[in-house]
Amino acid sequence: MNEPKPRAMRDALLERIWQGMADDERLFFVAADFGAPTLDRIRGDFPRRFINVGIAEQNLINVSAGLALEGFTVFAYAIAPFITMRCYEQCRTNLALLSTVRPMNVTLVGVGAGYSYVVSGPTHQCYEDITLMRALPGFQVLSPADHVTAGRLFDRCAGRPGLKYLRFDAQNLPVLHGEAGPDLDKGFALLRDGADACVVATGYMVHTALKVAERLARDGINLAVVDLFDLSGFDADALAGLMAARPRVISMEEGFSGRGGVDSLLRDLLSRQGLERPTLGLGVEPAYRFELGDRATLHEQVGIGPAVAEASVRTFLNRP
Amino acid sequence: MEASGVNVDLKAKADWVWRQTLKVYRRAPEVRLASSLSPIEIFVSLYYGGLMRFDPQNPAWEERDRCIISKGHGSICMYPILADLGFFPASELERVCQAGSFLGGIPDPVIPGYETVNGSLGHGLGVASGMALGLKVKDGPQDVFVVTGDGELHEGANWEAIMFAAQNRLDNLTLVVDDNRICMLGFTDEINSLGRLADRLGGFGWHCLEVDGHDVMAVHRALSHLKKTRDGRPKALVARTIKGRGVPGLENAPMSHVMSPSFDVIDALLQEPRP
Repeated sequence: MNEPKPRAMRDALLERIWQGMADDERLFFVAADFGAPTLDRIRGDFPRRFINVGIAEQNLINVSAGLALEGFTVFAYAIAPFITMRCYEQCRTNLALLSTVRPMNVTLVGVGAGYSYVVSGPTHQCYEDITLMRALPGFQVLSPADHVTAGRLFDRCAGRPGLKYLRFDAQNLPVLHGEAGPDLDKGFALLRDGADACVVATGYMVHTALKVAERLARDGINLAVVDLFDLSGFDADALAGLMAARPRVISMEEGFSGRGGVDSLLRDLLSRQGLERPTLGLGVEPAYRFELGDRATLHEQVGIGPAVAEASVRTFLNRP
Repeated sequence: MEASGVNVDLKAKADWVWRQTLKVYRRAPEVRLASSLSPIEIFVSLYYGGLMRFDPQNPAWEERDRCIISKGHGSICMYPILADLGFFPASELERVCQAGSFLGGIPDPVIPGYETVNGSLGHGLGVASGMALGLKVKDGPQDVFVVTGDGELHEGANWEAIMFAAQNRLDNLTLVVDDNRICMLGFTDEINSLGRLADRLGGFGWHCLEVDGHDVMAVHRALSHLKKTRDGRPKALVARTIKGRGVPGLENAPMSHVMSPSFDVIDALLQEPRP
């Protein structure tokens, strides 16, 4: 199989955005002084529609809202914790609230999900955004696990009105989906089958889930692994069907556990579907830490590294 | 339409709006009266002075000039103005703050004529800057006006927008500050002084004028001048105003924001010419 090489999610998307801006004069790209070499091409080729607002995320959102009100399709670009939390009330008031009466097409691209800015510490890491952005009605929250999915999201975001938050990893991750990408309408993809439990993971943690499943398979424990990349608009019945067919459900996310993230999303879905399943929510232990280390080490410290996750899953399945 | 061509008696219209605003308060005392009396001449100049193009039958008309009313709570005087201009029937003014009405204690963009969400302060200028940039790229001739209070300028997002507008040469953007010098808990100067605001804005590269905000002809002249001027600089008018103007006890009282004059006081005022 001719698998695409790993690339940064942002590069895959920016390439599509460049083409989109070449094709459609109503496409704007607004950045909060956050760049990438691939961005230079957009900046050079479309100087009137590439705007750097400076280190000013509140204005990033406000300007994006104003452009959207004038009929432009806007991609707003910044580091994940800053494009969500620094300007949360702007997102609420001028995007979520206002778009209920004024149609808008604005996509927030947040780079640096979870621990992807490994050595930059907790200011640049992002463990709260899934909860926060899902709390805003009108926002579609998309959390891809590879650059193929990330690039494919361009058409979805540019082509459909509304608000989207793209939660991108900052590192180059292995490719999970073929060139065609996953079924975006479904919002998730079953990457590995297994009868003992259904693991639903998002973003970087899909890769961890696959590692854990691989290790457990050697002991005859079989996990189904789902890449849930659409955290708001997924096919709920289809996902519930996958969970119903397995006796236990496990969530994995690079976000605080027990604070309204993917764990809560799945428990809510189970409850609404009338499904009783024991659940294990694997996420970041809710505390801020300053320890340095590589991403795998940090993940082990907070409860989501492959080793500690494997142990938690074994305990949960009574298969120590 | 130029200043000389205005065929509405702006002073008489301002007096009428003042009385109508008192009447709205008389029926819906939940509204912020003091904050809504200081910007009357600003809105009268904009909406009756030929400075803005709009179509009451089609509030989303693409060719309209945009007016972002950022100090939403303090713009109840816009209710009688919009009704008078035909954006909605005057009978709606009888139902302010009542269930089923679109005229709330703080205006929302469900009201024909209101562009954006204004209940939370400090949002209007940034959104207006985005609109002004969009109009520039579309080569649209329209102007974008924003009306804020002075206390509202404590919100830091305004200063992000003030730098942005200058950097991007948004000379189709005009900020009008209803400079009544009072916040909720007292005088702005005693909370976070903005100093001489015109100097501050000028320092950021804005073209700024100051005016007596209750001299409606002076406000109109200043806005007419700013409208004609497009020299690469965003524009601002600092209108020195009086919070609660014309209502004894309320006028320029540091706590006027949360004061509710008695109906007797209002009824007596409505019997007499505007002070």
